[in-house]
Amino acid sequence: MSKAVDKQSLSISLEKLACQRDERLLFTGLSAEIQAGDVLQIIGPNGAGKTTLLRCLVSLAEPSAGHIRFCGQRLSKQLFEFRRQLLYLGHLPGIKSALTPAENLRWYAGLEGDGDNLDQRVELALKEVGLYGYEDQSCFNLSAGQQRRVALARLYLSQAKIWILDEPLTAIDKAGVAKLEQRFAEHSEAGGIVILTTHQDLKLESLKRLDLQDYLPTAEHMFGGVE
Amino acid sequence: MNKPAQDPLAVAEMAERRSGNAFMATLRRDLKLAIRHRGELANPLIFFLLVITMVPLGVSPSPKTLAVLAPGMLWVVALLATLLSLDGLFRSDFDDGTLEQLLLSPQSSYINVLAKVIVHWLTTGLPLTLVAPLLGVMMSLPEAGYIPLMLSLLLGTGSLSLIGAIGAALTVSLRKGGLLLSLIVMPLYVPVLIFGASGVRAAIEGFAYNTQLAVLGSFLALAIIAAPLAIAGALKMSVNN
Repeated sequence: MSKAVDKQSLSISLEKLACQRDERLLFTGLSAEIQAGDVLQIIGPNGAGKTTLLRCLVSLAEPSAGHIRFCGQRLSKQLFEFRRQLLYLGHLPGIKSALTPAENLRWYAGLEGDGDNLDQRVELALKEVGLYGYEDQSCFNLSAGQQRRVALARLYLSQAKIWILDEPLTAIDKAGVAKLEQRFAEHSEAGGIVILTTHQDLKLESLKRLDLQDYLPTAEHMFGGVE
Repeated sequence: MNKPAQDPLAVAEMAERRSGNAFMATLRRDLKLAIRHRGELANPLIFFLLVITMVPLGVSPSPKTLAVLAPGMLWVVALLATLLSLDGLFRSDFDDGTLEQLLLSPQSSYINVLAKVIVHWLTTGLPLTLVAPLLGVMMSLPEAGYIPLMLSLLLGTGSLSLIGAIGAALTVSLRKGGLLLSLIVMPLYVPVLIFGASGVRAAIEGFAYNTQLAVLGSFLALAIIAAPLAIAGALKMSVNN
């Protein structure tokens, strides 16, 4: 922690990233610079490698080539700082169905090491995603959209600056999507980073797009072997 | 974090509190889950009870024969009961995505993993230890054997949970990892079994059994230090693919 990462200058840079899945090369030569305040939508057809890219970004998977830098340094050297700032919503909801929404959220806050007036904050977060009144129901009684909302309530609870969200809008109704867009805008104005995948069109002014189709491996990559 | 001139002691204290919060959060969550899945909770206990009640019926009801078998039998079945419960240790977390969230926590995985294993022990090892004297009666365990049996199980089941969790973590991403899990874990269980059962036998024969307890204690100490690291590493690998 000697050189503490300055919140104002959060940045993630991808350098010539290549990822493969089950021996199949998904994309290569992906370079991008993500700065504080960015909302980045990763687009591509099914199977293009969106989820794989996000998993590489949060270090749950290793890229097959290239580097990821966090605030100028290798991600692997800054893992602790990075994780303190990270909120990752994966492809799986990460919600325990035998627990209530409030209990799920309290665990997440605990994982961040957070324990200050939790009850109140959990209640507020659930209110924001429209689950007020459901906090004491088991999650398996909730609909798919409502379960997704439990996971999304973390966006109102966490203090993390970097949000990496894999398909956060699936099963969410129109009003919910509008509300989330607003939340993304607020977050980016506050100097946070949002990286997400979705097939829906977002109506955000500051939105940047990254199309994985632009980085498809060429025949040379396919047959010349991956370095 | 923005104030460079922070007291290092205060920073350390803060970090400690955060780790403590994470530990308690995971402990509390897993205990709640265990209580809500009461059926699964009873499985190892029922297995233990069933097998031990079968022994007098199947082998011989004579107290003399049973007394010879008792220490080893009780220990072997307690070990198998633990083994049975291992497969589910990380399975549901893996399936619903909370496992990857746990690994992405800024708090060290060591602490979170340890909390999970402690809950596993509280829900299998501890109950097994507590019913063991009752089953000892059924097995005509001589009087001198009860306290050593409980003490050795108390220490031994802790090691069993920790060692077993390594196997569970390695096989969690495999759909049918049950057999592999047993193969990985069994050889590591052998020393615990040998010292546990021989402690009880020594006590029955009127010898001192503190050597065996000391060895079991050192197994446990070693496992507490090293196993969570191995478990966390294995989980990272399992989540990676």
